[in-house]
Amino acid sequence: MNRMPQNVDSTQAIAESDAIAVERTLAGDRDAYRVLVERHSHNVFRLAYRMTRNRHDAEEVVQEAFLRGYQKLGQFAARSNFGTWVYRIAANYAIDRMRQRQKEDGRRESPRAETGDGMENDPLNRVRDEAPTPERLTQSIELRKQMEQALAALSEAERTAFVMRHWEGCGIEEIAAVLKSSSNATKNTVFRAVQKLRQALQPFVESKAHARAMGTES
Amino acid sequence: MKHMTEEELIAYREGVAEQQASMSEHLAACQECRSELERIEAVLAALDTLSVPDPGADYGRQVWKQIAPRLAEKQARWWQIWFEPRRLAAAGGVVVLILVAFLAGRFSKRGVPNDNVANKEQVRERVLVVAVGEHLGHSERMLIELSNEAPDGPKQRAVNISAEQHRAEDLLQENRLYRQTALQEGDAGLASVLDELERVLLDVAHSPDEVTPAQLEAIQKKIEERGILFKVRVVNKELQQRREATTPAPAQMDSTKRERNKV
Repeated sequence: MNRMPQNVDSTQAIAESDAIAVERTLAGDRDAYRVLVERHSHNVFRLAYRMTRNRHDAEEVVQEAFLRGYQKLGQFAARSNFGTWVYRIAANYAIDRMRQRQKEDGRRESPRAETGDGMENDPLNRVRDEAPTPERLTQSIELRKQMEQALAALSEAERTAFVMRHWEGCGIEEIAAVLKSSSNATKNTVFRAVQKLRQALQPFVESKAHARAMGTES
Repeated sequence: MKHMTEEELIAYREGVAEQQASMSEHLAACQECRSELERIEAVLAALDTLSVPDPGADYGRQVWKQIAPRLAEKQARWWQIWFEPRRLAAAGGVVVLILVAFLAGRFSKRGVPNDNVANKEQVRERVLVVAVGEHLGHSERMLIELSNEAPDGPKQRAVNISAEQHRAEDLLQENRLYRQTALQEGDAGLASVLDELERVLLDVAHSPDEVTPAQLEAIQKKIEERGILFKVRVVNKELQQRREATTPAPAQMDSTKRERNKV
């Protein structure tokens, strides 16, 4: 769980400072919004990247989340936390973006060109790749590839629930609000996500652990 | 002993189980469930090694740069504009000017039949003219000083512009107030020049206290390229003329506005 660890005082100070910036923005001071953007961009990017698994899409999600946040700022309840609120907007837009991306990929006949180390590409395309040979890839790279594939194979709701719960440490209620679902259904979604990931990855994780124990890991 | 299901173990691991405490007790006593949990944790630990690219330390700034032009000016709630702490000072100045204008009008025009509507128009016009004129004068002086800043010698690596920077911060607050007032008054030409001035003031206000000679040159070049000093001088001169005209006819004022709106 990677949501920035902060002590209670600093979290409260940030929330208060956010509340002032929101008030000033609502009062017509556009530059006050800059404080909010600069403060929360990194966290929103991390969430967006983990959901979309694609840097370009993640950057788009960040921009769109702050634009939508600005447009909807009048609806923002003063007692809420701006960081949590914009996070929710980003998660919703990331879900839309993932759906859109899936449609685009479905329409596209040829897979997208590989660039860099392949981490920036949609994992769905890599699922269709030929199986890598042990000679060509180390076990770590193979495991990473399997992990990307396993994440890509999750439904949007499962991936959102897993990313928000496991990596971002969001509460079940917060995730349920994004998924427009009940708490119990959201817990089930988290469970299904972990179960699927486990089924897909356990053989690779154990084989890597075995190789490490035997001292044959490259 | 009844073992925990996979669902319970996952719920426990993800901290969403309803009976975390009793599960902890069970896990402490049950080797089989503990092993099963460890296998789940191994998968999750492997997933934790997937990295997220670092977008860079100035990512927040970049995002702002990209979205700022797409943000529409928020329509402020009318009362909030005046309760911004730093704007209160500027608003106070405007109130004093209104009082002065009101009293001057009462004493100078006693006995003369007044057209109330025209008089109110003149007062508003006068307030805007005097206050904005002063503001433009201050801005012009600050920009001239900044344009004349230069390193003391070729070896100087940093130039301190903190004085100009702080003045720009103060002027920025006033500028926003006057720009909004000009817009409300329908003076699009003046609002446009104030908008351009605001961008320059924003750049200066957000500059570091100390800049390298190259950075200083870039700021000065930006000021020059935008021709903001020239525009400020022209508008200020025009405002002076309006101020000097003792009883300007509304029709003349309108034509002046129209002329500037064409620029």
